[in-house]
Order: sequence, then structure tokens, then C-alpha cells
Amino acid sequence: MNFTLKIWRQQNARAKGGFKTYPLQDVSPEMSFLEMLDYLNMQLIEKGEEPITFEHDCREGICGSCGLYINGRPHGPQRNTTTCELHMREFKDGETIVIEPWRSRAFPVIKDLVVDRSSFERIMHAGGFISVNTGCAPESNSSPISKLLADKAFDAAACIGCGACVAACKNSSAMLYAAAKIAQYALLPQGRVEAKERVDKMVKQMDAEGFGFCSNTYGCEFDCPKGISVDFIALMNREFFAAKSCGHK
Amino acid sequence: MALAGMFLMLFLIFHLATNLLMLAGDGGESFQRAVAFLTANPGIKIAEYILFAAFLIHIIIGVLLQLYNYRARPVGYHKSIQTETSAFSRFMFHTGVIIFIFLVIHLINFYFIKLGWVATPEYADSKHDFFSMAVVLFRNPWYSAIYFVSFIFLGFHLKHAFQSSFQSLGINHPKYTPAIKVIGTIYAIAISVGFAIIPVYFLFFYQA
Ligand code: HEM
Ligand code: FES
Repeated sequence: MNFTLKIWRQQNARAKGGFKTYPLQDVSPEMSFLEMLDYLNMQLIEKGEEPITFEHDCREGICGSCGLYINGRPHGPQRNTTTCELHMREFKDGETIVIEPWRSRAFPVIKDLVVDRSSFERIMHAGGFISVNTGCAPESNSSPISKLLADKAFDAAACIGCGACVAACKNSSAMLYAAAKIAQYALLPQGRVEAKERVDKMVKQMDAEGFGFCSNTYGCEFDCPKGISVDFIALMNREFFAAKSCGHK
Repeated sequence: MALAGMFLMLFLIFHLATNLLMLAGDGGESFQRAVAFLTANPGIKIAEYILFAAFLIHIIIGVLLQLYNYRARPVGYHKSIQTETSAFSRFMFHTGVIIFIFLVIHLINFYFIKLGWVATPEYADSKHDFFSMAVVLFRNPWYSAIYFVSFIFLGFHLKHAFQSSFQSLGINHPKYTPAIKVIGTIYAIAISVGFAIIPVYFLFFYQA
């Protein structure tokens, strides 16, 4: 397959970036999107040009580092799929593919297609943990949890923190991310103890990072590679009002 | 935002019910009686203040929200966003602005007359004779067209707003949320069509 790639290049965080066009021939339809970029980078290196910087780690859809904005959608055209698991057969031969970094005030570009997502980490640091040290794993039948709740908490915990929700949202809102991280604790008895404090601190941090506000357009859910549901946003709102109504500042 | 919006949605039901009395075909008698009842009612006076507060809160927060959200993405995408979302949800601010413009026209034409800020037109019997004012205004095709179009856009606003307000308040349930969405659609259509038929009636079917 042959493609024309239009890729955002930016030397560093302060530099002014711009698009550069690269024709790429003989791409195998079986290549993953990242392998296709590797293939392009090898050619750039051979030509003595600087390769394109993009983030990746696991290449199996679990680490959340590979987010790219491909043809107007985070992680490209296939739903429930990370960029690393996307294959070139999803594109039409001869197609022009526009590749951009996530765009959000809270995700500044570091270089080319890599953005700084530490704002997500700071939301986690604000309360995305259980503060007591529990030692080794307790006997699993000692705290019975309904299968329904356990499954739901697990659905929330499937979030890989890639930032696609922010990238997809017209408001650059991080509500789906924060909601998933809050829900994975809020649904389980171990998480209930600090639930009010947690939602309060994490929401405060999210606002401080400069993400936009949710207006329920649900683009986040549509483009989340892990299919996280906006039901969790309602759950977070519920938790938030409950925390506020009992005096959490 | 959501609470103020919900109050406004409730208000629209009562406003529409009153306005539809104009179509009763009795020369505005039942409509005028309803207006007289409402103006005399002290409870309505209080509700009116809450209504103004709700409009103010809703509009101010809505505008601030929009400005803040524009700022949350200082550098936009080159390729337009292809993520699937409903058009109603994407244009809430825009439909809101259209409603606001209509609201200003509407207040000048009716409410400010009642307050005495705007002179009562000579064809009206008194500053409470809203029926005569409405008839004259609706016989003007331009006014009717603006009225009609405004309520279509209000319908777009409400189509997203109804279910959005529940989601914002954290009211979400696997069984009831789909029902809320259906009711919201019915509500949005009923309100916009209900208001929009009034100018159509006066323009094409009304005989004085
Ligand atoms: C009778 C008129 C109106 C009604 C019944 C109404 C109702 C609503 C409701 C229920 C929501 C959803 C709130 C939420 O989910 O939190 C909403 C959202 C919104 N409204 Fe209105 N509204 C009206 C007029 C206006 C006006 C005049 C503006 C002025 C600019 C406006 C701007 C907005 C904006 C920007 C949103 C989006 C905020 C969001 O989705 O969270 N609305 N409206
Ligand atoms: S590289 Fe880890 S999710 Fe794609």
C-alpha cells in the first residue's frame, strides 16, 4: 500500500511546529500503525533526516502511551483500538493520513507527536490511591463483593490513561479519565472509606490543570480505546455532589 | 447550570400551556383570563423572580463555560474533529445565543410593556392586553418567521439539554437513562412544535 503522510513536526516545547508531508511506498496492510511509522523513520534515518518522535511502550494496548490524532480521531478510524493495535489495512490505498499530537492546554507538545500527559498523573497523585498499607493480598472471600459491582469497577479500571477522551472532546475535558479513576475505587468497599475526600481532591486537581468542562457531548466515550462508559461521569458527579453536600471544601 | 436549565424547562411547559389558550378560538378570552389569574397571583410573582435568576445564572454560566472551553484548546486540530457526537450537543452555545436574542425581542414586546418600560401600543386595551399585542405581532410575517425559527432552535437546544441536565446531576441508570432520552426528545419536539404552531395559526388561519 502507498500513503501520503501529513505529520506534525515540532522541534521542542517552545518551537513553532508545522506539518510536513512524507510519501510512503510499499506499506504492508499487516503493519500496525506504529510499525508503519518505524518504517518511515528507518527511511528518514537512512536519508540523514531526523526521525519522527512518537511515544510508545507496550504496543499491545495496555500502557496508554501511543495516542496519536489520526485523520480527525484519537487512535484513528477503528473504535475500541489503540494506535499500536491499529493496522494499515484499516486505511485505503493511496490515502492521505493526517497525524497530529493531542491538542489541549493541559497536554503541551514536547516534541513532534509527543505530549506531556503528567497532568493526568497529578490528578492521580491528588487522590487516586488508598492511603493505608494493606500488606499482602487478603484472603479473597473475607470481603464479599457482588459480581456486578466487581465487573463494573473492572470496566472503570480498564482505563489506560492514554488521553484520547481529552483529545476527542470539543472542550478538552478530562471528565471521562477522572471519572474512571474515581469509579474504580468508589464502587468497591475498600475505596468507600476515602471516597469523599478522593473525588473532591481529584476534581479540584483536574480543574487546576486547565482541562475544559464537560458538556455531555459523549465524544470521549465514542473514541475511548477501552470503551469506558460516560455512566462513570454521572457516577463521579453523584460522588462529587455527595462530598460537597457534607461539607468537603 | 443544570438546575437552572431544569427550572427553565419546567417554566416552558407552563408558558406553552398558557400560550396555547390563544388558539382556543374564543377571541382570546380564556387566554386573557389565564393571564389575569397569573398576574394576580402572588406565587407567580415569586416564581417570576426565580425565573429571572434562573435565566441569568444559566446564561452567565453558559457563556463562561464556553469561553473557558475555547481556552482549554489553544491550538486546534488541522483535520476537523471526526469523532461522532450529536450536532445538538456541539452547538449548545450557538442555539443558546439564538434563544437569548429571541428572549430580548420577546421581553421588549411583552414584559417591558407590562412593566411600563415600553409604551403600550395604541391597539391594545391595556398594558395587560397581551392577546391584541400578540395578534398584531403574529400578523407580521417577519415577526412570525423569527418566532418560528427561534423555537425550532430552542427545540435543538432542548433535545440535548434534557438528558444532559440529568447526566450533569449524576442521575444515570441503565434502565431509566434510555427512557429519559426518549422523554427528552418528545419534550423538545412538543415544546418547539407547540410554540411554533402559534405564529402559523395567526398568520394563516386566524380570523378576527
Ligand atoms: C428557555 C430557555 C432555555 C432552556 C430551557 C435551557 C435549558 C438548558 C439545559 C437543561 C441545559 C443542560 C444543562 C446541563 O446539562 O448541565 C442547557 C445547556 C446549555 N445552555 Fe441552555 N437553556 C435555555 C436558554 C439558554 C440561553 C439563553 C443560553 C445563552 C447563551 C443557553 C446556553 C446554554 C449552554 C452554553 C449550554 C451548554 C452547557 C452544557 O451542556 O453543560 N441556554 N440549557
Ligand atoms: S503502546 Fe502501549 S497502548 Fe499503545
